[in-house]
Amino acid sequence: MQLEKFYYDNKIVKMFAYATIFWGIIGMLAGLWVAIDLYYPTANLGLPYTTFGRMRPVHTNAVIFAFVGNGIFMGVYYSLQRLCKARMFSDTLSKLHFWGWQLIIAFGALTLLSGYTTGKEYAELEWPLDIAIAVVWIIFGINMFGTIIKRRESHLYVAIWFYIATWVTVAMLHIVNSFEIPFSFIKSYSWYAGVQDALVQWWYGHNAVAFFLTTPYLGVMYYFLPKAANRPIYSYRLSIIHFWALIFLYIWAGPHHLLYTALPDWAQSLGTVFSIMLLLPSWGGMLNGLFTLRGAWDKVREDPVLKFMVVAVTCYGMATFEGPMLSLKNVNAISHFTDWTIAHVHIGALGWNGFLTFGVLYWLIPRIFNTPLYSKKLATTHFWIGTIGIVLYAVPLYWAGFTQALMWKQFTPDGHLKYQFLETVTHILPMYITRSIGGTLYLIGAFLMVYNLWKTVAAGQLVANEAAEAPALPKVIETHSKQYWHRWIEARPIQMLIFSLIAVAIGGIIEMVPTFLVKSNVPTIASVKPYTPLELQGRDIYVREGCYLCHSQMIRPFRDEVARYGEYSKAGEFVYDHPFQWGSKRTGPDLARIGGKYPDSWHFNHMLDPRSMSPGSIMPAYTWLFDNKIDTSLTPAKIRAMQTLGVPYPEGYDKQANKDLEAQAKSIKETLKKDKIDISSNAEIVALIAYLQRVGTDIKAQSTANNATAITNNNN
Amino acid sequence: MKFINYLEKILGVDVYALTSLLIFFLFFVGVALWVWKADKKTMQKISNIPLEDGRHI
Repeated sequence: MQLEKFYYDNKIVKMFAYATIFWGIIGMLAGLWVAIDLYYPTANLGLPYTTFGRMRPVHTNAVIFAFVGNGIFMGVYYSLQRLCKARMFSDTLSKLHFWGWQLIIAFGALTLLSGYTTGKEYAELEWPLDIAIAVVWIIFGINMFGTIIKRRESHLYVAIWFYIATWVTVAMLHIVNSFEIPFSFIKSYSWYAGVQDALVQWWYGHNAVAFFLTTPYLGVMYYFLPKAANRPIYSYRLSIIHFWALIFLYIWAGPHHLLYTALPDWAQSLGTVFSIMLLLPSWGGMLNGLFTLRGAWDKVREDPVLKFMVVAVTCYGMATFEGPMLSLKNVNAISHFTDWTIAHVHIGALGWNGFLTFGVLYWLIPRIFNTPLYSKKLATTHFWIGTIGIVLYAVPLYWAGFTQALMWKQFTPDGHLKYQFLETVTHILPMYITRSIGGTLYLIGAFLMVYNLWKTVAAGQLVANEAAEAPALPKVIETHSKQYWHRWIEARPIQMLIFSLIAVAIGGIIEMVPTFLVKSNVPTIASVKPYTPLELQGRDIYVREGCYLCHSQMIRPFRDEVARYGEYSKAGEFVYDHPFQWGSKRTGPDLARIGGKYPDSWHFNHMLDPRSMSPGSIMPAYTWLFDNKIDTSLTPAKIRAMQTLGVPYPEGYDKQANKDLEAQAKSIKETLKKDKIDISSNAEIVALIAYLQRVGTDIKAQSTANNATAITNNNN
Repeated sequence: MKFINYLEKILGVDVYALTSLLIFFLFFVGVALWVWKADKKTMQKISNIPLEDGRHI
């Protein structure tokens, strides 16, 4: 057969590899910084940009989309070319993809630090960047499918299926979750409100874990683990089942992030059931990876690459065992809102994603630079430091989470809550400190890798275009004795794309459509009214400062939560919340019923110096809110955007909104004055106080009205 | 205040859960059957693709 000669593009692989390392270090540094912020609140240097609420999204976005994102592209650009026996479809598209992605990351970090955020976890980037992400993602898609179409190998290896499913699902998730209405050049409001926003967000959030952190890395595992072990995957049949079961089940699991919230109960149960089922394909995949090394464990003893991969796959197994357990309602009642979740995701991030990336880097850099790794010993040291780092990171946080949940729920014999919220925080600070030591070790390991790879690169020379040859793909694809329907799918990328899309779309549709359709028949709570202009401005400040990253606004119907915070949260309370701010972690107490709990002056002093009001608090001071002026120029545009989204402000209200805003601000200024506090009525803190005093009060008005009616009725 | 869970407004919500389970179950059985009947040689050939990524020259 005629052999065709072609060249693999290693330069683009090198670029993505460097970007992976660079952003990995940045992301981990940001993570360490916010970890220190938690027990040393002044580590924010008193600057808005480096405060926890803004740095934490930088950490999560950098690790997920910059570190793992570039890691995905490094793995895909290396393996796809070889699995297709073809160079990437277009060098220009490869370069556009690379630079486009890096620009998005850089602008993303800048905007997040400046406080431009949508307020939706893991989808914080604002609308111009959302559009840029879609464009770059399409470029990646064209480049990937172009390569698959011009391939010289008739079969599509399972890794490519995972890449295809990743591409199509991330596209779907990103587009659906990013519906937002811009009201300025850079800011927007989420299209959805309250319960619907929460459902869409966690459908996205969970599947960002599934289809950004898991499926592409499984593709990477299915290629690089056999390569590193120099033997085929344990069971190819198992990998087929792994693939279809995983992508089908994953998409349903999102609602397990919203157990015991105001989300409809059936959606919660559906999320739980599918989360439990997910255990099977996940473990099938893990065992497939580990069994590949059967009879080759002696290699693992010597090869740091395999060491990293074994721990990565094991962590995948641990995290995917823990996930279904956490989605059981009785376990979730304890784990949710605590550091248990943080520990869980870091088993995935540090163990699965981090270690697999390190393994691939140690394997791949020497190959594309055509030289052995500078020091195997140093890589092994990295492995051990990293592993100890993971343990030191995760164990204290499991402990902290469990301890805190138990303390929250504890009552004295005479029926009072045993602990103040703050006591449950100060109690776990030693665990926070230990966690940051674990993180530091992990980071030191990463620096060892940088040095090791730098020395390797210096010793070798990049094989930018690696020559290879293979026969062209025959016009008629050879078939074996029997043809099955699955062959029809698996040899054809477009069929694969369509079937993957169907598999992932079903779950989302069945969960979301009912929740959206019933919106019109939701008996909205009559006393729940839109925010006043000043409160709306205050809410935007709340979102900007990332308050939701430490404070939930969702009281679950538990005895302790109702005793601690007040009446549990109802779906109807959030109908004007674009975006919803339920949060997912309680580093500080829940704020769903904060309105009216303290006087304005308490909030004023607390924001200026949290420890003056609650000694021992770990909240940072928000001094800039006292100098910044409320941007009233945007009020009309904000009101109009809200009107478009169906918030019932009267027609033409945008024109008089600022008048109402000023009046309300003046009244807060007067109230503060009575407490001997002097502040300009257009300081941002005034808007924030207005918002905080409003949160969760609407249904109190209703119950007061109801009580009044009841009393009247009784009197009659 | 009485809050009526708006799920009560959907007729027969159980159908959604049942349908989803059924769809998954049938699909899963289909894939499992196919995998079980798949040609052994083809499986071996495909699983070796990563190890022979084009002849290097």
